[in-house]
Amino acid sequence: MRITRYAAALAAAGVVLAGCSSEAGDQAEDAAGNTVDVQEDVEFEAGTTMAELAEAGTITVGTKFDQPGFGLVGPDGEPEGFDVEMAKIVAAELGIAPEDIEWVETVSANREPFLQNGQVDMVVATYTINDARKEIIDFAGPYYEAGQDIMVAAGNPLGVTGPESFPDIRTCSVNGSTPAQYVQTNYPDAQLTLFGEYSQCAEALRNGQVDAVTTDNVILTGLVAQSDGDFELVGNAFTEEPYGIGIPKGDDEFRAFINDTLEEAYESGTWADAWDATAGAITDTEAPEPPAVDRY
Amino acid sequence: MGVVVENLDLFWSGFLRTLLMSVAAGVIALLLGTVLAGFRVSPVPPLRALGTGYVNVVRNTPLTAVFVLVVFGLPQVDLTFQNYVLAAIVALSVYTSAFVCEVVRSGINSVAAGQAEAARALGLTFRQSLGTVVLPQAFRTVVPPLGNVWIALVKNTSIAGGGFAVADIAFYGPSIIRDNPGSALWVFAGVAFFYMVITVPSAIAISRIERRTAIVR
Repeated sequence: MRITRYAAALAAAGVVLAGCSSEAGDQAEDAAGNTVDVQEDVEFEAGTTMAELAEAGTITVGTKFDQPGFGLVGPDGEPEGFDVEMAKIVAAELGIAPEDIEWVETVSANREPFLQNGQVDMVVATYTINDARKEIIDFAGPYYEAGQDIMVAAGNPLGVTGPESFPDIRTCSVNGSTPAQYVQTNYPDAQLTLFGEYSQCAEALRNGQVDAVTTDNVILTGLVAQSDGDFELVGNAFTEEPYGIGIPKGDDEFRAFINDTLEEAYESGTWADAWDATAGAITDTEAPEPPAVDRY
Repeated sequence: MGVVVENLDLFWSGFLRTLLMSVAAGVIALLLGTVLAGFRVSPVPPLRALGTGYVNVVRNTPLTAVFVLVVFGLPQVDLTFQNYVLAAIVALSVYTSAFVCEVVRSGINSVAAGQAEAARALGLTFRQSLGTVVLPQAFRTVVPPLGNVWIALVKNTSIAGGGFAVADIAFYGPSIIRDNPGSALWVFAGVAFFYMVITVPSAIAISRIERRTAIVR
């Protein structure tokens, strides 16, 4: 297990080194080449969002900056992760190169206002599709289906099996998150500690201040991978969290365009490549079967 | 606005917790800060160094860092607060007392040296002259800055709810926004309002106390 993880890290380092050794001008092209080729001559019907963005040659994308594997800003200031790759795929189809994407950090609380105010063109930020959100914005996708799971100390000393264990353990999650809501709604007598960030929950678990951390499995696998074997995943996902690309309400053409782009990426394998290069690399997992796009 | 009214029960329970943290940390910080100010003007060099060191370290540390050290650092030396409100009160008291210390010290320095000399001439010890002669006059001159510290403390408690597991006013904002997407501005307006329920009457009370205790020169 650990050996394969080191191997993955070495492979990732190899990719980075290969990028460094090439000419500076080729570097960005190489990075884009990992996922998808930028379209050269793009043409869209006048007046559509696609035409406007292609004309401008730039797109503003909201993503998370603190989510390993999905959207994480490294020392170089550039975000990387599966969400970031999804945005690059969409941008490439608009003829926009990765370096022309303007990244804006979105956190859970500001994603809808950013879309409503037009501060971002789209949001790709581990953004669960749900009906309440659909009332004020629209979602393309889903492009990934996560599920809520539980992380415990290595060896699972309390024998946590799944959500039915919540009443008997001290659980940590993030204030204002949907996983916290799930526990509060379905297990009102659970002892829930709500911090501001998942890294704080991990610290509390390490100190024994809580017995378990619960949120989407993709976030937990990132924490497990960073924990030096201190944590493990229960591995019994009990909700469905379809991640979608948020766009302003009512822009059906843009939504259809993103859905088409995602389906193409599923077929051409760029979707799976994006997984292998990001979330798959840190969690050491194969690309799953892509979820069916929901054209509501 | 409807979203605030619908969640009034959450805001109210958060309000009570904010008030509890503010009052508890305020009282502890006032006592601790006054003792530290006494250290800083005391004739005993080690005590002076202790007071100065404390102020310089704590006052120049971000409050969030103090919270991290209390909530996640102390458990590593087997000192775990089972109750996060208690942890927050400790962090806020430690932080605020450094500011109180400097405010009280400036008040002590504003009392004419002759007062302390007269107290010494009467045979009072250092502690007696500080407690019965100097501090009562010092506090009267520092009512406005102490009020500043108090109001800053009330708002600083929001760090506990924002990230350190205390269900105060600020704590409920994110979950109410989650359940009512698009309501962020109203929810934050509601959060601000409930802080002002504490801070605005405080400001009025402070200016009353200031007028009553003013020294006519």
